Amino acid sequence: MDITALTSKKSLVPGLIAVILVILLATSPLYVPAYWVIRLTAILMYIIITVSWVIFSGPTGYMSLASAAFFGIGVYTSAVLGEALPLPVVIGIGGLICFCLALLVGAATLRLRGIYFAIFTFGLAELIKHVLLWWEIHVTGTRGRFVITVDNTTVFYVILLIFVVALLTAYFIRHSKYGAALRSIGENEEAAAHAGINVTMVKVITFAISAVFIGAAGAIMATRWTYVEPYYAFNPLYSFMPVLMAIFGGMGQLYGPILGATVFTYLEEELITRIPELYMIIFGIILIVAILYLPNGLVGLIQKWRKGGSVEQNADT
Amino acid sequence: MQILEGEGVTKYFGGLAAVSQVDFNVDQGEVVGLIGPNGAGKTTLFNLISGALVLKSGVIRFKGEKITGLKPHQICRKGVARTFQEVKVFTNMPVLQNVLLGSLFGTSTAMSSTDATREATELLEFVGLSAVGVAPAKDLTLANQKRLEVARALATKPELLLLDELMAGLNPTEVAEAMELVARIRDKGITVFVIEHVMKAIMGICNRIMVLHHGEKIAEGTPQEIASSKTVIEVYLGE
Repeated sequence: MDITALTSKKSLVPGLIAVILVILLATSPLYVPAYWVIRLTAILMYIIITVSWVIFSGPTGYMSLASAAFFGIGVYTSAVLGEALPLPVVIGIGGLICFCLALLVGAATLRLRGIYFAIFTFGLAELIKHVLLWWEIHVTGTRGRFVITVDNTTVFYVILLIFVVALLTAYFIRHSKYGAALRSIGENEEAAAHAGINVTMVKVITFAISAVFIGAAGAIMATRWTYVEPYYAFNPLYSFMPVLMAIFGGMGQLYGPILGATVFTYLEEELITRIPELYMIIFGIILIVAILYLPNGLVGLIQKWRKGGSVEQNADT
Repeated sequence: MQILEGEGVTKYFGGLAAVSQVDFNVDQGEVVGLIGPNGAGKTTLFNLISGALVLKSGVIRFKGEKITGLKPHQICRKGVARTFQEVKVFTNMPVLQNVLLGSLFGTSTAMSSTDATREATELLEFVGLSAVGVAPAKDLTLANQKRLEVARALATKPELLLLDELMAGLNPTEVAEAMELVARIRDKGITVFVIEHVMKAIMGICNRIMVLHHGEKIAEGTPQEIASSKTVIEVYLGE
C-alpha cells in the first residue's frame, strides 16, 4: 500500500513526535488549569474539522463548504437524542448521519466542479439550517433546544479520541493508493478515469468519510453549549474557518492543517479576549499576508527554513 | 479476429453530427491509422470508444462484448487504454507514480504494490524514462511527457491502445523514436489504433488506414491505397 515509501523513509520521527504529543494531551487535564482544558478542546475541535476538510478537499481541489452542515447535524443529533441514548451512541449516530448525507450529496453533486461545487455545498448548509428553523417555528413551536451537558474533562477526552482517529484516517488515506488516486483526480480527473480509477466512487466515499469526524465533533461539542439553535449549530464560520486554517497551515503535509488550526484558534482566543475591537482587523491582515507571502502556508515556510534558505531547485530533465 | 468493432456510431454536438454512422473494425495485432482533416471527428471517435463521451446511437464492441454505456474506468479495466491529444499527465507527481496509478487501478485483476512498482519501473524502462523516475512529470519535455502517457496507458495492461496524435509537436528525431516505440508496442502483441497527422509516420507504421471527413468514413485501405485515393486527395488538397 505504501507508495510514498519510494520518496520518504523518515516517517519514524514524525510518528514518534505525534505519539508524544498525544500522550501529553491525554495527561494534560492532570496538570493544566481547567481553563486550558477548555481551550485545548476548542483547538482540537478546529483541528478535527480542518483535517477532515483536507482529507477530501486538499488533494482533489473540490472546495467543500459543507462542514457547517455536518457540524450542525452532529449538534442537532446530540440535542435530539442526548437524553434518550448514551453519549458514545449519540456521537456514533451523529457521524453516521453525516456519512449517509455526504454519500447522497456526493453522489448527486460531485459532477460539479470548481465554484459550482463550493456554492452547492454552501447552499446545503444554509438549506438544512432553514429547514430546521421552519420546522421549529411551524411544527415544534419552539426556538432552539436544550442539550444534556457533559463535564469538560469528558468532552476533552472524547474530542481527543475523535482527533486521534481522524488523524490516523487522514494519514492512512494520504499514504494509500487511494490518496494517490485523489491527487490524480485533483490534477486531471479525465486522465484519472482513463487510468482506471473509479473517480466517482473514490470521491464520494472520501467525502463521506471526511464528514463523519465533523459530525462526531459537532455531537460532542453541543454538550458544552447547553442550548443550541440552528443559527449557532450551522454557523457558516464552521465552513469557512477550516478552509482558511488549511490554507494558512499549508496542505502539502499532514501537519500543515494541524498547525494552521492550532495557531488560528489560539490567536482568535487571544485577540478576542485582549483586543476585541481590533480582532477582525488583525485577523484579516494575517490572512492577507499569509496568502501573499506564504503560498504554501506555514508548511512551506518550515520547509524553506529547513532547507537552509535555499529556494527550491528543480532538476533540469 | 476482430478486437474492436463499431456499427453506425453516431454522436451529435448540438445539431452538428461530429461522428455520423461510422462503421469500423480493428483486428487483433494490427496497427490501424485514423486520419482526416481537423474537425473530422477523429478524437470524438476515440472519446466514444474510451467512454469519455456517450454515443447517441450505434454500438461499439470490444472482443465481441458491448462496451457502449460503460464508464471510462470500466472500459480501461476491460483492456482499452488511451493517450490524449493534449498531454494529460499528473504534472505534480513523480514520473514513476504516474505509471504506478495505471498499474494499481487500471488492470483487470488487483496487483500488490510491490508487483505494481516493479511493473511500473519496467515500463519506464520500456519507454526510455528510467533516468527521470523521481522527477515531477512537469519537468519533462513534451516528447517525454507523451512517452510517460504511453507508459501509464500500458500499465493498465491493455489489449488495445488508442494513441491520439502521439507525434504532434515532436521534432523529426523524436518522431522517429515515437514510431519505433509504436512498433515495439505492436511487437508486445498489443493492438494499436492511432490518430496521426504526421503522414510519414502513419504511412510507415500502419497496416490499414481509415479516413474520416465531416464525421463520416470516406475511405479505408492499405497505406498505398489511401495515398493514391482520389477522394482522400480531394479532401486534403481541395478539388
